[in-house]
Amino acid sequence: MKRRPFENFSGVAAPLAIKNVNTDAIIPAPYLRSADADLASGLFALWRYDERGAENPDFILNRHGFRSAAVLLGGENFGCGSSREAAAWALVRYGIRAVFAPSFADIFYENAFRNGLLAGIVSSAALSQMVDLIGDDPERAVVSVDLPGGTLTACDGTRAAFSVPSFRRDALRRGDDDIAATLRYGDDVEAFIEADRQGRPWIYEKGMTP
Amino acid sequence: MPSRTLFDKIWDMHRVRSMGDGRDLIFVDRHILQETTSAAAFTGLTEAGRPVRRPEMTCATQDHIVSTELRRTASSNPGGRELIELMRRNAAAHRLKLFGLDDARQGIVHVIGPELGLVLPGSVLACGDSHTSTAGGLGALGIGVGTSEVEHVLATQTLVLPRPKTLRMTFGGKPGRGMTAKDIILHALGAFGISAGTGHAIEYAGEAIRDLTIEGRLTVCNMSIEFGGRLGLIAPDEAAFAYVRGRPYAPSDEMLERALSSWRTLYSDADAVFDRELSLDVSLAAPQITWGTTQQEVVGVDEAVPDPTRIADPDRRRRAEEMMQYMGLTPGRPIEGVPVDVVFIGACTNSRLSDLEAAAEIVRGKTVAKNVRALVVPGSTAVKRAAEEKGLDRIFSDAGFEWRSAGCSMCVSINEDIVPPGARCLATSNRNFENRQGPRSRTHLVSPPTAAAAAIAGAVADVRKFA
Ligand code: SF4
Repeated sequence: MKRRPFENFSGVAAPLAIKNVNTDAIIPAPYLRSADADLASGLFALWRYDERGAENPDFILNRHGFRSAAVLLGGENFGCGSSREAAAWALVRYGIRAVFAPSFADIFYENAFRNGLLAGIVSSAALSQMVDLIGDDPERAVVSVDLPGGTLTACDGTRAAFSVPSFRRDALRRGDDDIAATLRYGDDVEAFIEADRQGRPWIYEKGMTP
Repeated sequence: MPSRTLFDKIWDMHRVRSMGDGRDLIFVDRHILQETTSAAAFTGLTEAGRPVRRPEMTCATQDHIVSTELRRTASSNPGGRELIELMRRNAAAHRLKLFGLDDARQGIVHVIGPELGLVLPGSVLACGDSHTSTAGGLGALGIGVGTSEVEHVLATQTLVLPRPKTLRMTFGGKPGRGMTAKDIILHALGAFGISAGTGHAIEYAGEAIRDLTIEGRLTVCNMSIEFGGRLGLIAPDEAAFAYVRGRPYAPSDEMLERALSSWRTLYSDADAVFDRELSLDVSLAAPQITWGTTQQEVVGVDEAVPDPTRIADPDRRRRAEEMMQYMGLTPGRPIEGVPVDVVFIGACTNSRLSDLEAAAEIVRGKTVAKNVRALVVPGSTAVKRAAEEKGLDRIFSDAGFEWRSAGCSMCVSINEDIVPPGARCLATSNRNFENRQGPRSRTHLVSPPTAAAAAIAGAVADVRKFA
């Protein structure tokens, strides 16, 4: 899918500094039942709402000033669990444009970038400093994200460096379509197949077409 | 040729070219689709006007959202009908083989892959489901992907992947009585933690792995993903080749002979260097059970759950307290004897014939405890049929288990199989997250025999005490 190029922005950062936030928590299974579920309202649904569907006033995204969060400050191993890409979609549809955490689970990390969501790695120390600074106060929660510079700046000017591999940073900035990028190497794939057919003919012998 | 690990050999064999920055373009030999993660991929493909590049290397099944009623239709689980029908339409439009709801070869993607010979040693398999790592049990690279990558494979028959680092986990010792492949991998999760594999391809080695059956190896590799990585594999040996022989989509005759001579080179060279090595002796471990809400909170079934007040690290203490509360457990109490409401035998981790046989062995001639709802959900329609031929369905039904049709069922609970709020379930699946089996469900991960023993006892039980 064609994406919009990622641009630097300032927005509210919601602290969610819990370790091992898993994809089932990010988007619970009931929201996966349909091809056009409202993923934005499903984001963190079991934390955001109680059993009757009423908002849980304690959850960060329900607190005054944090509803409009565009950044999440997460904990270690963010996005662990299943491969469900809907976790990244739900964050994006809600309006989150960047997640910062000390580490991410592999598949979530890939999925984030594929959907134009920045997943930046920040040291635990810098992250807790930022979380402490924000506290409960949305006024203090506005941060600026500078992708080319790799910095996250808090309201008081404190800066935290975040790391993103350069190719991912460039792809985000260009808004690359991954498939179009690969299709440019179509000849290499055909050449690979021709050679591979000699070495591993059994892979090509039996098709599965109905 | 310098020494290489098993992973390196397979990866290099599939590497079309470098894409820079440590990423490679990897050729995908087999691609299996399932109904819940492929719908949006087809939409993307259609919008871009792209065809499926290699339909003959692609197939599909329906497993996640299907009903498990014995005489089910696409409407038995009304919430699933839309995705089931979309999968049908997409498969037909792109001329893809579909092992659908009413096909004798239908089943959980990670069960039918090996069963149908779609998973071959040394091959690369992609699927829009994280537990594709299961294929590693036959020495294949099973790569679980997200929906954008499903679309990428459909359009290009390749994946762009960062080359992972390598990690070898060596399991020494002879497992004691009651220990299954599931207990070995749970024990390792307890010992190494759920982020031990992040960024790594894991190779499982050692005598405790070598001695496992192929189905046991599939169980071990299934839970690779629980270490935070993407891949797990075991060097294929004669047992693996024998397993593959004769499967419908596996090579045969002369083609098989050619394949075998290639497959026999699939092992880590003696002096190959791994980025990381971990080892664990399994000889003293008891059957394992999780007590918390990630897969690293594991105890032996003869042990007590931890007492958080004795955890020094404040962060870990708080997490342990929260989990203890969510799970409704008293700190420090023995796990044995904790009352159980639901028992689920199934999921891609443990729903193959040998799993059902091991559970039936415990159940035979006994009765499910009052107030326990117990289900057996075979991993595939073929497993179900084979089990019925052996009379396992009768053993389970006579004891009071529900015998159901194949699917993911109570592992992900997006069909009608849901654990009620607050209920405690012993499950043979691989995920024990909060709300995984339904809102406020409490999940303990165990092996099939341990699950069966709990159904009979009505409480967590030590399977070694069962005849
Ligand atoms: S059984 Fe569970 S873990 Fe396995 S594929 Fe189905 S939902 Fe995923």
